[in-house]
Amino acid sequence: MLRFLLLFSRQGKLRLQKWFTPVTEREKKKVIREMTLMVLARPPRSCNFLHWRDLKIVYKRYASLYFCCGLEDQDNELLTLEVLHRYVELLDKYFGNVCELDIIFNFEKAYFILDEFLMGGEILETSKTAVGIAMEEAETLQEVTPPPPPPPLTHTHGHLSLTHLPKYVNMFSVLFTDNGGVYE
Amino acid sequence: MPAVSKGDGMRGLAVFISDIRNCKSKEAEIKRINKELANIRSKFKGDKALDGYSKKKYVCKLLFIFLLGHDIDFGHMEAVNLLSSNKYTEKQIGYLFISVLVNSNSELIRLINNAIKNDLSSRNPTFMCLALHCIANVGSREMAEAFAGEIPRILVAGDTMDSVKQSAALCLLRLYKASPDLVLMGEWTSRVVHLLNDQHMGVVTAAISLITCLSSKNPDEFKTCVSLAVSRLSRIVSSASTDLQDYTYYFVPAPWLSCKLLRLLQCYPPPEDGAVKGRLVECLETILNKAQEPPKSKKVQHSNAKNAILFEAISLIIHYDSEPNLLVRACNQLGQFLQHRETNLRYLALESMCTLASSEFSHEAVKTHIETVINALKTERDVSVRQRAADLLYAMCDRSNAKQIVAEMLSYLETADYSIREEMVLKVAILAEKYAVDYSWYVDTILNLIRIAGDYVSEEVWYRVIQIVINRDDVQGYAAKTVFEALQAPACHENMVKVGGYILGEFGNLIAGDPRSSPLVQFNLLHSKFHLCSVPTRALLLSAYIKFINLFPETKATIQEVLRSDSQIRNSDVELQQRAVEYLKLSSIASTDVLATVLEEMPPFPERESSILAKLKKKKGPGAVSVELEDGKERGDYLSHSNGSSTPSPSADLLGLRSTAPASGATPSAGSLLVDVFSEAGPSATSAGVNDDGFLRFVCKNNGVLFENQLLQIGIKSEYRQNLGRMYLFYGNKTSVQFVSFNTTVSCPGELQSHILQLEPLVEGGAQVQQVINIECLTDFIDAPLLNIKFRYGGALQNISLKLPVTINKFFQPTEMAAADFFQRWKQLSQPQQEAQKIFKASHGMDTEVLKAKLLGLGTALLENVDPNPENYVCAGVIQTKAQQVGCLLRLEPNAQAQMYRLTLRSSKDTVSQRVCDLLAEQF
Repeated sequence: MLRFLLLFSRQGKLRLQKWFTPVTEREKKKVIREMTLMVLARPPRSCNFLHWRDLKIVYKRYASLYFCCGLEDQDNELLTLEVLHRYVELLDKYFGNVCELDIIFNFEKAYFILDEFLMGGEILETSKTAVGIAMEEAETLQEVTPPPPPPPLTHTHGHLSLTHLPKYVNMFSVLFTDNGGVYE
Repeated sequence: MPAVSKGDGMRGLAVFISDIRNCKSKEAEIKRINKELANIRSKFKGDKALDGYSKKKYVCKLLFIFLLGHDIDFGHMEAVNLLSSNKYTEKQIGYLFISVLVNSNSELIRLINNAIKNDLSSRNPTFMCLALHCIANVGSREMAEAFAGEIPRILVAGDTMDSVKQSAALCLLRLYKASPDLVLMGEWTSRVVHLLNDQHMGVVTAAISLITCLSSKNPDEFKTCVSLAVSRLSRIVSSASTDLQDYTYYFVPAPWLSCKLLRLLQCYPPPEDGAVKGRLVECLETILNKAQEPPKSKKVQHSNAKNAILFEAISLIIHYDSEPNLLVRACNQLGQFLQHRETNLRYLALESMCTLASSEFSHEAVKTHIETVINALKTERDVSVRQRAADLLYAMCDRSNAKQIVAEMLSYLETADYSIREEMVLKVAILAEKYAVDYSWYVDTILNLIRIAGDYVSEEVWYRVIQIVINRDDVQGYAAKTVFEALQAPACHENMVKVGGYILGEFGNLIAGDPRSSPLVQFNLLHSKFHLCSVPTRALLLSAYIKFINLFPETKATIQEVLRSDSQIRNSDVELQQRAVEYLKLSSIASTDVLATVLEEMPPFPERESSILAKLKKKKGPGAVSVELEDGKERGDYLSHSNGSSTPSPSADLLGLRSTAPASGATPSAGSLLVDVFSEAGPSATSAGVNDDGFLRFVCKNNGVLFENQLLQIGIKSEYRQNLGRMYLFYGNKTSVQFVSFNTTVSCPGELQSHILQLEPLVEGGAQVQQVINIECLTDFIDAPLLNIKFRYGGALQNISLKLPVTINKFFQPTEMAAADFFQRWKQLSQPQQEAQKIFKASHGMDTEVLKAKLLGLGTALLENVDPNPENYVCAGVIQTKAQQVGCLLRLEPNAQAQMYRLTLRSSKDTVSQRVCDLLAEQF
């Protein structure tokens, strides 16, 4: 089973953390620090697997984001790479050309999609369609009792100046290249 | 612009996130967050009831703040309220908050459980799934107690929707892993196995994780799953790539399920039923064949998924270890991967081959790849791949290729990454010992190790070479000659000096016949290194010198001259000074006979597990070391030499002069002489009678007399490493009458675990017996273990209870750090409960050296040049317990005028700060 899944940027900013076993906050911080240090220090085109403490670490970079997870000794590294890939595909399917900003601004959605795919560190559903349907059902449910219509994200609003952000890069467009988008 | 979120965008949240991202500094971010927290708090406390949307939005903001790494101490109640909303998104955010910020607040757990219960019985599959997710995410015992009975029912009920079944299966798995005692096997278990036959692939995929876990714990109850798994696997393997529709992943049919099925089969031995076994072998052969087929897609996802199944199949073949045919095919397949252009595959091939190397059927086949593996060690760009190559070389090593492999590893060491050098050194040392046919090769190898990677040669390694040389008289002359030659090098590693000093001190006489290595030449050579060495090495050399006086009386005058010099006899280091004084005295007053007895050659070491192997095991975790030392080759652990006189400190005493309790070793007359003349336990120590006082005396030291009365003296020596401790207790019967029914017990607080080796019930008059207690620190603690001693002396029952001096600081590992690091960490530990402070009056003199010795004795590293005030002391260390490591910083500010101290402790755990502070405050 997976023990944890972390998404962090090339600058080491954590974007998503999911822990599948109880871990103290202190320990979490330690793991996050060690993972980012270790993974970011790896030269490009290194192997995607590492040993760390008693865990296997599998990581992969998609555009500006690193997807990194810790698994137990008997787990299959190659298949875990595909777990990461399937998660990216699911995000992409939901957001349409997913990029790091989608995950920052809709972090709760990223968690919900993950929950449809993994549970307790094990695969819950591998079918892209099935996960898609689950997410859509949820969307439909909320339309039955719609919340106050959210104002669209626009540039006109005083606080919301997203335009200063450098261009983001779609994760799929550069799936396996190293020249991801740079921001921050 | 990020894609606009669908459905339920929360504008306030987006604005907030955007604000945070615009913050230029950490301070600005904290300011913005505090403003937001204040805002949310006032909304939550306000009179106006919040609508569901606002509540959701604020809870979501709190969650975001928490995920940024800030503490959140409110909002839980509002999140719990959201759980009972009938709007899906509100409920969903509520559950997310609870899942991420678990709180064992029992009041809240009851409310949460209530909401979950409602959703589970709602018959709305989406709500049920949310509730199951929450249980799986939190997985606490309270939840297991509440739902472990209900979930199996949902899982096997006929009318449960597939998606709910999937969630229920994995939810149950999570609860079973967390609290196996609460998940009771029952009628449902047999029905769970049949989920392997379910039509819905998603249900099988989820259920098989549960079944695998249950099978590995209760193999007999679940063994019907074997034939079901084989037939399911066979159906997938033989299906066309499009048959499984959505469950085909990049042209590979159901890779996740296939791997899980192969993994499930690894819980069992090969199937006994011939037909089932035949079908399985067929599957495995098909999988191996497919590897040779041209890929159906160029995408890496295709090959990854396909190879994931292949590696899992190979694992199963290795697990069965009974089909030579398949094993050889597996090995050939891995051999192909060893040269694959994908780094990932080379890595995995090296890793899998390690396990294959231990099978008798495939060991030879693995060995044929030796050149490729050596090449990988030399040329792989990625250190983690090189590491696997080194592991594999270690695993494939046997008598036939040991010399080649050890030579390759040695030459690799010259350029090896620093991160893996220590492990490489251990491996070379183990292989060299295990496969040594002639021990001169072994000695050469170890000395080469010291030459190439001296810094990484741990104590265990050089202790071990000494043990072996001492135990094998056929190699002693060679060893003496070789170290003598190695020491000729103008710059040689300190470890070489240690080994050289020890071996020449024991066996220098074997080469003294040659005028080029006459006694005086040997001595001058050793002494030329003396001034460049650290204190422990110098101490060792001094012991070598006194041994020289015994071996070569002609060197006595020269050596006495050296010992007498101010730099020795007035050395500022207590240990060196003491040795110089004692050895000088010993050499001048003892007769030749006494000298010869005291300084005779070390007796052979007892046969035990190699300390190096133990260290490697500890480094890699159990199971990682597949090479076992052969019988008759195992030798004693230098650290626990039967003489009972060695200590684990680097200044390990060769002669045991420092042991407070007389050694129970070879020569009683010499032993008692040493104790009488040189025992460290002076009158002040021996007169200590009251234990509580005694207990506190041992906070900063490990050896001494723990207890003494008219009848009994108890000496103690202890050594600690990481979270483990070993304590030697020496019970001396001071009377001339025997003690009968002598019995000791130790009762430990829950945070410690102890193991005590029982003694014979008789202690003769005047005798001394030794007892070993092993202690493991599970987590930090306050109460010391209690030692209870009962015996009859002349018919009267004696009953003594003592606190054993096991204190939390014994598990310190010193940590060296620079001033900047120290202050950074100090600031990080700024919460009030992390700090403990005491101001107290000095109860002893305020001598600098004494203070330093005490702080070092505490187990921390004494940091120089950190505190701006040179009068102050700062220390750092990490307390090692099984559960966690607790970093600890200390500052001691003496005020000589007022005869006061201020002591400040900071650590990541409040109880630790307090305890260490309390203990240390009694020491000055």
